[in-house]
Amino acid sequence: MPKPIPLPNELSSPFWTAVNEKRLEVQNCTDCKTLQYPPRPACRNCGSEKLEWKETSGRGHILAFMVVADGRLARTRPDQPFNLAVITLDEDPRINFYSNLPGVPAWRAPVGSPVEVMFEEVGPGQLIHEWKLVS
Amino acid sequence: MTTQETGWRRDKEGLGLWPHQGKVAITGWGMSPVDRRWDGISMNKTLGAYAILASQLALEDAGVKPEEVDGLLCCEENMAGAVGGGSSAIWAPRPYFDSPYDSEDGLTVVSGEWMLKNMNLPNVKYAPEHVPAIGEQMGMAAQAVADGMCDVALVVYTANNLEGRYRQGGENEDDYVGGNRQWSAPWGSHGGLMYSTNIPLHEYCAKYGTTWEELLGPFVVNQHRNGLMNEWGFYSLHGASGLTYEDYVNSRPIIYPLRLWDCDRPVNAVGAFVFASAERAKDMRHKPVYVLNHNQGSGGAARSTQEVLEDTEEAKARVARMVYEGSGLSPRDVDIFNPYDGYSTFMPTTLEAFEWHGVKKGDAADFLKGDISVEGSHPFCSGGGNLGNGRTRTAMYIDSIEQLRGTAGRRQVTVKAETAICAFAPGNSAAYLCLSSSAP
Repeated sequence: MPKPIPLPNELSSPFWTAVNEKRLEVQNCTDCKTLQYPPRPACRNCGSEKLEWKETSGRGHILAFMVVADGRLARTRPDQPFNLAVITLDEDPRINFYSNLPGVPAWRAPVGSPVEVMFEEVGPGQLIHEWKLVS
Repeated sequence: MTTQETGWRRDKEGLGLWPHQGKVAITGWGMSPVDRRWDGISMNKTLGAYAILASQLALEDAGVKPEEVDGLLCCEENMAGAVGGGSSAIWAPRPYFDSPYDSEDGLTVVSGEWMLKNMNLPNVKYAPEHVPAIGEQMGMAAQAVADGMCDVALVVYTANNLEGRYRQGGENEDDYVGGNRQWSAPWGSHGGLMYSTNIPLHEYCAKYGTTWEELLGPFVVNQHRNGLMNEWGFYSLHGASGLTYEDYVNSRPIIYPLRLWDCDRPVNAVGAFVFASAERAKDMRHKPVYVLNHNQGSGGAARSTQEVLEDTEEAKARVARMVYEGSGLSPRDVDIFNPYDGYSTFMPTTLEAFEWHGVKKGDAADFLKGDISVEGSHPFCSGGGNLGNGRTRTAMYIDSIEQLRGTAGRRQVTVKAETAICAFAPGNSAAYLCLSSSAP
């Protein structure tokens, strides 16, 4: 389905560059070792600005899901209803991502199931991170 | 502590009791008619006309003449409609009308400047710009009176609802998304509280063994019942919803499991309130309702992309501590509790964080499906809130004032009504106001 296309900024540019190279990276605080996503200028946990990018395992689990039946975004309204799941990252479940769970019918997201990252093109040369069920 | 810039805000723990307890009171309120929309034609139903009308009613309720008002706090927030998108809506591009409707001011928003030009308030000496939304606005007014910026403050809060599907224009039509939206919009989330409070409720239901419908349905139905006991509410003026639990369960999904009736109904209306120093308030028409405390700011935000139950519970616990610390109240001291219900999803965790009537973590479902009617011993949200009256964001305050005055009519609770906590506090906002029927 057509999706809004992310516009990287100075803070997010390294993240989207990695995604376009099919790697899922998150920030890692070198002081307190806390992972962080979405990126911020400083560590949410300790306030340090010593942040590096760290590649993740790309594995997670479905925490819960919503179904967007009457959303407001012009690009996604034609495909309603669709799943909007929350994926927790296996190495730190406090990190979570959105996913439409491509291939999973609306309303039928299997909560608790393992998933792995995949990448989907949403605009010319621009990928986003998506998640698929692990078979 | 002053009312200059943001110095008036009480937005963190550790501030202690509000030092002006008993020195400021709310003495009047007024509501315009509550319409679904402005029709674009009737000049006596514009936001500006309704702001004047609500103000006149509030002053009349207080027994105050316009020339006695020396403070004016108008919030220039605009809320609903398609054009403009995002969090705002504007009338343009369209031809305007003759003065005073020759700009957005008076139609889409109502500024203090517009009010001063069009309502006879000759002695206003304090009329700040950039007044925040009603949750923080009420605290700003209390602090302004406490700090001597004015003696009699008129608070005006407008709620517009222009034509078009709700906020489907503007940035929501864009192909590209930057800023924080780059982390949510590509997957179809336009952002906001219908998403952020949705997943924590999923987790809540799983953790405490209940369902969305059991948790929220009875509460939503009761809000509509309470709202009908307000003469000014949308459903009182335009016909009862007749909402039943079955209607609620079968209503169409918006962001499932969030349903239509979990959301308040956008309306076109204006509310106004009068704040006065205790010295002035004692000679006014009604028994003063004293301000015990006000708070602003937030209890906290999501740790990652999506707020989860742990985030919500931590943030709301922090908010409750701020509110109780500043007021000197404890959960058992609070008679009337009117938190903000723009989405029903706010309620369970708010109720539990404040531990109102002893409700602890995991207790909300049983509490909400019990007797929460105004006639019973647990009259939760006795004003009907936004769900029961339309999205005026004023019902929580009006009901608390009336309950403490003893003038709530059919809504008057049968239990003690000497203290109240009320709010327009979306999500994890700390914008609460604490009131008392007597000066501490």
